[in-house]
Amino acid sequence: MGDDDGLDDDLHARLKGYEGRPSTVAGAGRDPVNAPMIRHWCEVLGDTNPAYTGPGATAPPTMLQAWIMAGLSPHTGRARPYEELLALLDEAGCTSIVATDCEQEYLRPLRPGDEVTYDSVIESVSPRKTTKLGTGYFVTTRTDVRVGPDLVGTHRFRVLKYAPARRPAKPPERRPRPVVNRDNAGFWEGVRDHRLLLQRCADCAGLRFPWLPGCADCGCPDWDTVDACGEGTVFSYVVLHHPPFPAFEPPYAIGLVELAEGVRMVSNVVGVPYDKVRIGMPVRLEFRRYDDELVLPVFKGVTA
Amino acid sequence: MSARTRDSLGGRAAVVGIGATEFSKDSGRSELRLAAEAVRAALDDAGLTPADVDGLVTFTMDTSPEITVAQACGMGELSFFSRVHYGGGAACATVQQAALAVATGVAEVVVCYRAFNERSGRRFGSGVRHREPSAEGAALGWTLPFGLLTPASWVAMAAQRYLYTYGLTPEEAFGPVAVTARRHAAANPAAYFHGRPITLADHAASRWIAEPLRLLDCCQETDGGQALVVTSVERARDLPRPPAVIAAAAQGAGRAQEQMTSFYRDDLTGLPEMGVVARQLWRTSGLAPADIEVGILYDHFSPFVLMQLEEFGFCAPGEAAGFVAADRLPLNTHGGQLGEAYLHGMNGVAEAVRQLRGTSVNQVPGASRVLVTAGTGVPTSGLVLTAQG
Repeated sequence: MGDDDGLDDDLHARLKGYEGRPSTVAGAGRDPVNAPMIRHWCEVLGDTNPAYTGPGATAPPTMLQAWIMAGLSPHTGRARPYEELLALLDEAGCTSIVATDCEQEYLRPLRPGDEVTYDSVIESVSPRKTTKLGTGYFVTTRTDVRVGPDLVGTHRFRVLKYAPARRPAKPPERRPRPVVNRDNAGFWEGVRDHRLLLQRCADCAGLRFPWLPGCADCGCPDWDTVDACGEGTVFSYVVLHHPPFPAFEPPYAIGLVELAEGVRMVSNVVGVPYDKVRIGMPVRLEFRRYDDELVLPVFKGVTA
Repeated sequence: MSARTRDSLGGRAAVVGIGATEFSKDSGRSELRLAAEAVRAALDDAGLTPADVDGLVTFTMDTSPEITVAQACGMGELSFFSRVHYGGGAACATVQQAALAVATGVAEVVVCYRAFNERSGRRFGSGVRHREPSAEGAALGWTLPFGLLTPASWVAMAAQRYLYTYGLTPEEAFGPVAVTARRHAAANPAAYFHGRPITLADHAASRWIAEPLRLLDCCQETDGGQALVVTSVERARDLPRPPAVIAAAAQGAGRAQEQMTSFYRDDLTGLPEMGVVARQLWRTSGLAPADIEVGILYDHFSPFVLMQLEEFGFCAPGEAAGFVAADRLPLNTHGGQLGEAYLHGMNGVAEAVRQLRGTSVNQVPGASRVLVTAGTGVPTSGLVLTAQG
């Protein structure tokens, strides 16, 4: 959280003018302190303290705010100064709000049957602050909770009223990079030029893929390349469902494509729904750009 | 070449101790500590002490070096230490390495171990998104930009072709493998799925992971450690437990072999590297499929169990699903990696030893000849273990 230079912050000066002014006047709890709400609270929190059950039970002190909450209905009990303060902030672009913390003091236990009343005051407005959420002002209200004339507790509640920070655009997820080394760089250079290059043994003329610095059939280390014609069929395929990976949206199909030249390579089958890919399906090579540095050879399903 | 002639390793060494940690999803301790616990437990089981050990073997993937395990267990000098590569393909090969050392007198007592926090730490199932540009990295790199990133998806590519070739559905082909493993695990208190058998309908209803693989076709992810003690058959006679004699041990890699991505060769319906292992095991042990009483076949994913049965000649190509459904061979009696735990195949070797001792929770009466295999889809290994005599 950054403490902005507030010296020339006119808005802050105007907001400070509301300190000490009421935010709620003569509020009343919607229900008396009661055993069912106490029981629900304790069950949800797993609080088994025996002081909260049976004859002579008291309410958990931390329920203080529960007895004064306005419910889901629109806020109707706000005093005019607090409405004005919020409106000033809205006009200044601080249109978002988040509750940040509260502090409570307990003066005496509350018991079923107690009927609470309360008054709230705008206690303080912070200088302009910048947080990860955005830039705005922390506004603290203090609520004095009473039963009859007796003060039973105070509830300080702090909100950040702020202009949301513009989130930097998330860089798009990128596919895993090809693993390029001295043995296979020629293949990926070909892909950049939209060529699918197969190695051809200088001795036995066998075509091979993946790229290796020697022929698996005859062991000859010498080779040149030929351009694949781009026609092929799906030899096998997988539909990936789980786990999901960045840059891929499951389910998606990965094919093992047998090229017309007789070698196989793994690629994506595109232009066909993932659940329509089949073994034996004819496919045709195309090159797709996935980001500023990645072009891949993929295979478009050729449907009859 | 050992793949063509009978080797002389058979019958020279034996597994005399097994020990494991609990199998869990979060061990709460280091991989080194798991390794040390498993090694100590195996030595206790063998009636030996750390001072007796002069050799250690593990996987290249293991994070606990032999020298560090030796320190943590209070071992002295080591004359043999070795690691085997290719993931779970190393499992039975660690025992082969130990047997080779023992048979040649390079070491006298060798402990094989594997320990990891594979569930709470680095999960293999979470996939690969980047590899260094080594030869090994480049080999896997051909699939990564297209989103083929997980072990399940690499296996699924072959599984799909298998189904297509033999006209099978995933339910009828793979369901019986999963159901069999879970039935055995249900009776095994050490198994994660103890007391939780499944039906074919459960298998068919489980969600797709990498079609045609469903969730229930995939092994677990496990934290734990498993160790095995190997010594000579002569020394084994003086030890408290009945020895599991290493009648044959073999490694195998096929032509145009890759790690998990052997997509560019053959018809994709078998595991040629396991065929290499099978030929050696049958030749050296002098046994045939009909002689085997229990099969502990590596089951990180159900489809490769079928292909292994076919490679070993238990049934003809394409017939393994029916073979499993008919319960023709007691299979993965500990629950396998689908049901007991994923310990990279080492827990399977321990189960083979229990069967020969007569102490399995799913004991095959009088079992005296057990086949164990290691990781599939990778260069791999296997063992035939037999009871003494």
